[in-house]
Parts: sequence; structure tokens; C-alpha cells
Amino acid sequence: MKRRSTIGLLSALLLCGAGLFAPQSIAEVTPPDALVKTVTLEVLDIVSKDKEIQAGNVEKVISLVDAKVLPHFSFDSMTALAMGVNWRKATADQKTKLIQEFRTLLVRTYASALTSYRDEQFEFLPLRAKPTDTDVTVNVRVIKPGRQPIAIDYDMEKTAAGWKCYNVYVAGVSLVLNYRTEFANEIRKSSIDGLIAVLQQKNHRLEAAAK
Amino acid sequence: MLAATALAGGARMLVRSVLVTAFWLLAGCATVQNGDPRDPYESWNRAVFEFNEGFDEAVAKPIATAYRDLLPYEIRVRVRNFFSNIQDLMIGVNNLLQGKPAEAWSDWTRFVINSSVGILGLHDIASEAGLEKHNEDFGQTFAVWGAEEGPFLVWPFLGAGTVRDSFGFAADVAAAPTRWVTSDAAVQWGLWGLYLVNERADLLDAKTILDESAIDKYVARRDFFYQRRRDLIYDGNPPRPPRERPPGRDEPRAEAPLAAHEPAARTAPRSAEAEPAVSGALSQDDAPFATAGDAL
Repeated sequence: MKRRSTIGLLSALLLCGAGLFAPQSIAEVTPPDALVKTVTLEVLDIVSKDKEIQAGNVEKVISLVDAKVLPHFSFDSMTALAMGVNWRKATADQKTKLIQEFRTLLVRTYASALTSYRDEQFEFLPLRAKPTDTDVTVNVRVIKPGRQPIAIDYDMEKTAAGWKCYNVYVAGVSLVLNYRTEFANEIRKSSIDGLIAVLQQKNHRLEAAAK
Repeated sequence: MLAATALAGGARMLVRSVLVTAFWLLAGCATVQNGDPRDPYESWNRAVFEFNEGFDEAVAKPIATAYRDLLPYEIRVRVRNFFSNIQDLMIGVNNLLQGKPAEAWSDWTRFVINSSVGILGLHDIASEAGLEKHNEDFGQTFAVWGAEEGPFLVWPFLGAGTVRDSFGFAADVAAAPTRWVTSDAAVQWGLWGLYLVNERADLLDAKTILDESAIDKYVARRDFFYQRRRDLIYDGNPPRPPRERPPGRDEPRAEAPLAAHEPAARTAPRSAEAEPAVSGALSQDDAPFATAGDAL
């Protein structure tokens, strides 16, 4: 009995391991447009079947996003973009903290958008890039009745670990660049450490409010 | 954007009187140090912004929330479609004024199809038939004509805009198709009310997300406004500056051709002389930095 459960545990671990590594190896060969489409459809499928998520369970969405979406984002690049000129002035330690806090903030606030997903149609536009390109934009459109379709554009870069998204435009608004003035203002008012503290406080407040 | 955030507004007289009084109030306002050069009246704008937020929290949002909870999604879509349909008329006019007759024709065809087959616009049959919905207003038309955008302004009740967009909004209201639906003032007011409540209800989640994600709500909203308007003026195809690369990348990277970054051009690109009308993109501030290769 004991032996069998150990084997079961081992094989479960192996399966988990395979599961962990599989996305990476697939990502290396998956073209960026196919990657966006697969991940989007997979996540939407889960959301549309999950009553708890639809009822507004943000923690559950966050764990879903953590598992399915975040591996395809490059938060260091995103943070650098949002920081602009100030990025060069940050120490390695400050950069690590900024990436950590910015990631938490983006995930927490935008994951909640998924809870309001209902039956919008997604249209995946063909990629306009050469096969040799290492930096492309993937265009997706959300169709809603009575509204102009909403464009979602993903700027993606090719890395050793597959294609990673580093900037997202929704209806022409970069959710990353929109932070640049806010970040710069905080740094001007106090310092980079001051900005880190503000982000930490904000994340703590959001986390507390969700509970 | 103006129309979307306009909650209590709508009456031409209100717009006119607010425009005039606020203009003179603005004239004597102090500027904010180190602020955005597009926003010289920031301290005044912030005060109005706070007032609007208070009004939204106390009046508009509760009404919109009740409306959303009361009416099923199916009905709210019909309301949205109804207004969307009558707006297609002026969207077509604006497309024509911007030199896009094909788009104008498409908008009016949408109106004819949706008004008849779609039963007074309640059903957006035209979109299903492949006639895409557009987003145009007089503010965009003025921009295409090359009008200067002027400073950033936040109006009581009406929300954010530039001087150019404020004139555009006044023109939008003056030409609003609600008056073609009926000449009865009470019904017109009712239609405006329904439209605004329905719009606000549609934006409940989006506004919460935007506010929650912001460090400084005012700045976040202002930058959002500028990015969004720029996208609308260029019909979703704004010229992006030499592509902004995330800084901190050591390995040299092949420069992707610009064409790859621009979504399919639905219209001919704006001519160069129209460009000064659009304020610098957010990303242009730090353009030289885009190529910096400092270590992470």
C-alpha cells in the first residue's frame, strides 16, 4: 500500500514536472499570434465555465492568470517601459522591487476585468510580420454589439524562453505607458524608494479590500 | 470620451453657460510646478475633477448600478443599440467632413439597415453583415482639420477634454440626433438621461479597474484621455514613434519593419499637415531612451 502510494506520488510529481516544462518548450516554437490566440481562448473557456469567477472571485482569477497568462509576460520589460528615463537611475535592488510591485498591481487590477467577461466575440487578426522578426505586435479585436470593436494590441519580443509580451494597448491606450507620468511624479516628489513604498502601500490596500 | 463621461450634462444651455463661466475662472488660475505642459490649469482641473468624482460617487454611479442590476443585459444592449444607431447619422457626417466618403456611406447604410431590418436600431444587424461601427465626433473632425488642441480642461459634470474637444462636444450636442427622434422637450431630456445612465452602466467595471490601478487618479485619467483621443483621431492607426523598446536589453535586436506594427490601414494615413494637431505621444518624451542598452 505504502509503496504504491509512493509510486503514485512520484508519477504525480513527474506529471507536474512535465506540465511545468511543457509550456516553455511549446512557447519556443509557438509563433506569437498563435500563442496569444491559444492562451486567450483557453482562459476565456475556463472563465465562461466557472461560476465562482463570474460571481467575482478575484483570488480565483488571479491564480488562473498566474498559471496561464503570466508566463507569457515580461514584467521586467514592462516595468522598464513604465519607468522610462528613471529606469537607468534605479539600482538592481530597486529594480527587483519595482518589478515585483508593478507586477502585483497589474495582475490584481486587470485580473478583475476577467470576472466581467460575458459573451464578447474575439477576432484574431493575421500577424503582419516577417518570420525573422523578433519584435512584433499581435492584433486582437473584441466585438461588442452597438460598439466599435475594441482593439487589443500586444507588443511581443522573442526571448530564449519563447515570445513574451511587454506592452498591451487597449483601444489605443497603453496600460503600461499610462503609468509613466504617475511614476515620474512620485519619483520627483520623493525618490525611487518613495515610489516603491507607494506601490507597496497600494498593493496592501487592494489586497486588504479584496478580503 | 467627453460624451462617455458626461453624466448630468446634455443641455445645450448648460453647456454654453458652463463654458463661458469656467473660461473666465480659468483665466486667473495658478499653474502647477513641474506639471504636464498640456495641462497649465492643473490645480483648477484637479478641483473640478474631485467635484465630478464626488458627484459620480454620490449620484451617477448609484443610479447606473441600480439600472444595471434592474435591467437584464439583453435589454441594456438594445438601449445601447438604439442610441448607437441614431448616432451613426452624425458619425457619417463627421466621416464625410474628414474626407472619408466610403466610411460615411457605410455609416448611413448601417443606419438604414438597422433602422428597418434592425427594428428602430434595436438590433445591430449591420455589424453582423460586416458593416463596421465607427467612432467619430466633431472633436476628431476639428483635429483632422488641423485645429490646435489647446490646454487640457475638466468641466463640471461633463468630464475631461481639451479646448478643441470642448468645442467639438458643443457641436456634438447641438447636432444630437435626439431632436430628430422627437420635438418634445421632455422626451428629449428623458432620452438624454437614459443614454447617459446606460453609458455609465456600461463603464462601471472599466472605471473601477482604471481607478483601482491608478496611483494618482487624476493623472491616470488625463493620460488615458490623451492616448485614447489620439487613437480615435487616427482611427485606431496612430503613427507610433520609432518603436519604443523596453530599455535594459543587452542583446542587439533586429529592427522590425514599421509596417508590422500598424494594424491594417482602413483608411489612407493622415496627411503630414494634420499631424501637428495631435499632441506628442506619451512615449515621445523618452524617445532617446528607447534605444538605451543598460543592464537590468
